[in-house]
Amino acid sequence: MAGTQPARSPRQAGLPRHWRLILGALLLAAAVAGPFLFYPVFLMKALCFALFACAFNLLIGYVGLLSFGHAAFMGTASYITAYTVKAWGFEPLVGILAGTAVAAVLGTGFGWLAIRRQGIYFAMVTLALAQMVYFVALQAKFTGGEDGIQAVPRGRLLGLVDLGDPLAMYYFVLVVFLIGYALVYRTIHSPFGQVLKAIRENEPRAISLGYRTDRYKLLAFILSATLAGLAGSTKSLVFQLASLTDVQWQMSGEVVLMTLLGGLGTVFGPVVGAFIDVGMENYLAQYGSWVTVIQGVIFVVCVLTFRRGVVGEIIHLAQRVTAGRTEAPPPAAVAQTAPGE
Amino acid sequence: MGDYILETEGLTKEFAGFTAVRGVDLRVRRGSIHALIGPNGAGKTTVFNLLTKFLAPTAGRIAYNGRDITALRPADVARLGMVRSFQISAVFPHLSVRENVRLALQRPLGTSFQFWRSERSLERLNPRADALIAAVGLAADTLSTAAELPYGRKRALEIATTLALDPEMLLLDEPMAGLGHEDIARIAALIRDVAKSRTVLMVEHNLSVVADLSHTITVLTRGHVLAEGSYAEVSANAEVREAYMGTGAGGAAGHA
Ligand SMILES: Nc1ncnc2c1ncn2[C@@H]1O[C@H](COP(=O)(O)OP(=O)(O)O)[C@@H](O)[C@H]1O
Ligand SMILES: [Mg+2]
Repeated sequence: MAGTQPARSPRQAGLPRHWRLILGALLLAAAVAGPFLFYPVFLMKALCFALFACAFNLLIGYVGLLSFGHAAFMGTASYITAYTVKAWGFEPLVGILAGTAVAAVLGTGFGWLAIRRQGIYFAMVTLALAQMVYFVALQAKFTGGEDGIQAVPRGRLLGLVDLGDPLAMYYFVLVVFLIGYALVYRTIHSPFGQVLKAIRENEPRAISLGYRTDRYKLLAFILSATLAGLAGSTKSLVFQLASLTDVQWQMSGEVVLMTLLGGLGTVFGPVVGAFIDVGMENYLAQYGSWVTVIQGVIFVVCVLTFRRGVVGEIIHLAQRVTAGRTEAPPPAAVAQTAPGE
Repeated sequence: MGDYILETEGLTKEFAGFTAVRGVDLRVRRGSIHALIGPNGAGKTTVFNLLTKFLAPTAGRIAYNGRDITALRPADVARLGMVRSFQISAVFPHLSVRENVRLALQRPLGTSFQFWRSERSLERLNPRADALIAAVGLAADTLSTAAELPYGRKRALEIATTLALDPEMLLLDEPMAGLGHEDIARIAALIRDVAKSRTVLMVEHNLSVVADLSHTITVLTRGHVLAEGSYAEVSANAEVREAYMGTGAGGAAGHA
C-alpha cells in the first residue's frame, strides 16, 4: 500500500496540497489586482527582484552553491536588452531574449570556471569574475559608463501592445515572472532537481552512485544565470535604464540578503524576501541614507530570530502542527491513516 | 574473465611527504567476501578512496575486471559496477527513505538532466525502491526522512541504496561501526545474502564478524600489507598478533 503513495519530499510536505492551491489562487488574485492598490513601478521592481532571487536560490538553496557574482548576469542582460532596444530599435521581446541569451552564455563560461571549486572558493571565483564584468561595463563604450543607457524605449510588444502603458507593462512583467517562477519550480521538482538535492545533501555519495556531479552543477548554474538575466532584461525595460547599479557587487550581496530573509531552499521564500527588501527600500526612502542602516538592523534581527527565513519558519511551523497530529499512531499504522489526511 | 575481479599493483599514496599507503598489491577473488583489517590509521579508508578514485594514487595501478581503471573518475568507477559505502553513514538526510533509494534507481532511466520533466515520472520506480527497502527491513520507514532514522537503520538504508545500483562489487567501509548487537546480526546476514551473487570488499573492526563472513583477510599496518590469508592463517601470524597487541586492540588475540 505504501507503493501507491507519492513520495513527497519532507520539505515540501509542510503545507498540505489544498492549502497550497488556495494560497496560490489568493496570491494570483492579489497579483492581478496589485496595480490598482499599489504603485505599479514598485510592484514591477519587486517582481524583477523576486525572479532574480528565485534564480539565485536555485543554486544556494538546492545545490548548496553560494554565488557572489550574480549581479554580472543581471547587469549584463540589462545592458544588452537596453542596447538592442534603444540603439537597434528592436522589439522589446527580442531585446529580452537577446539579454537573457547573453546571460546564458556568460553563465556557461563562469559556471565552467567556478563549479570546480567548493565553498568559499566558489564564492570568490564568482565574485572575481563578476568584478571583471563590472570593469568592462565601466569602461566599454556601449554601456555609457557612469551614465548607463538611459531613456530606453519600452516599445510595443509584438508590435501590438504599447508597453508605455503602466498597466500593460505590469501584466507583461507579471507574465515574465510567472514563467520564470514556473521554470524554477519545475526544475526543483524534476528528476534533475532530485539529483541537485542529492548533491546538496551529500556530494560524495551522489558521486558514488555514479552521478558526474560537475555536469549537474554546471547545468544548474546556467539555468540560474539565465533566469537572473531574464530578471535583468525585464528590469531594464521597467526602469527604461541600464546602469552600473545592476552589475555592482552590492547587487550580488542584496540578492543573498533577500534569499536569506525569505527562506533559503524554499521555492517561495525568495519572492517574499524580495518583496520585503524592495518594500523596505521604498517605504524607508524618506529616511535618506539611514535606509541602509535600518535595513541592516532589520536584516540582522530577522536572521537571528527566524533562522529559516520567513517562509522557512512558516513551513517549519506547519510541519510541527502536522507532525503533532500524526505522532499518535505507531509507525506501522501511519500508512493506514494516510487516506484520511 | 580472470579469477580476480580487482587487482592492484604497487598502490601508493603520499600526503605531503607522509606515506599513508605503500606498495599495496591487493587481489580480490570474484564472488568472495574479502576483509581488509588493521589498526586505526593503517590506511584502510585511504585504500578505498584510491580504489574508487576519490583519491588519485601517487604510484601504482588498479585493474577492475581486467581493465585498467587508474585514470578514471569516481563516478565512472561506480558506473562500471564497483560501488562503495562510506565509513560514516552516507545518506541524503533531508530526503525520504524512498527518495534515497530512488536516486540510485533513477540514473539508468536517462532522464536525470531533464529539468522540464515532472518528478512524478520517477514514481514508476517506487515498486522497485519499496522492494529494496523491505529487503533491508525498513518497510515501515519508507516515507520517513532519512535524518530521522536511528543509526542502524541509516546503515541499512545505505545498503539498500547501494544494492539499488545492482553493483558487481561492493566496497563497505566499517559497515558495523556504531551498531548494536541486533543490528550487527541483521547487517551481517544482509551482507552474506548480498555476496551470493557479488563480490564484497569490506573494512571491519569487529573481528567476529570478519571471522564469520570473510573468505580472505588482508591485514594492513602503516600503509603496507602485513599478512593475507584465511582467518585461521592470519590470526596465527605472530606479526599480526603483535601489531594488534601493540596498538592495544586486543580483539585479534582474543579470537585467535
Ligand atoms: N586527505 C588526507 N590528508 C592527509 N592525511 C590523510 C588524509 N587521509 C588520510 N590521511 C592519513 O593517512 C593515514 C591513514 O588514514 P585512513 O586511511 O583513514 O586509516 P584507517 O581507515 O585505516 O583508519 C592516517 O594517518 C591519516 O591521518
Ligand atoms: Mg577508516
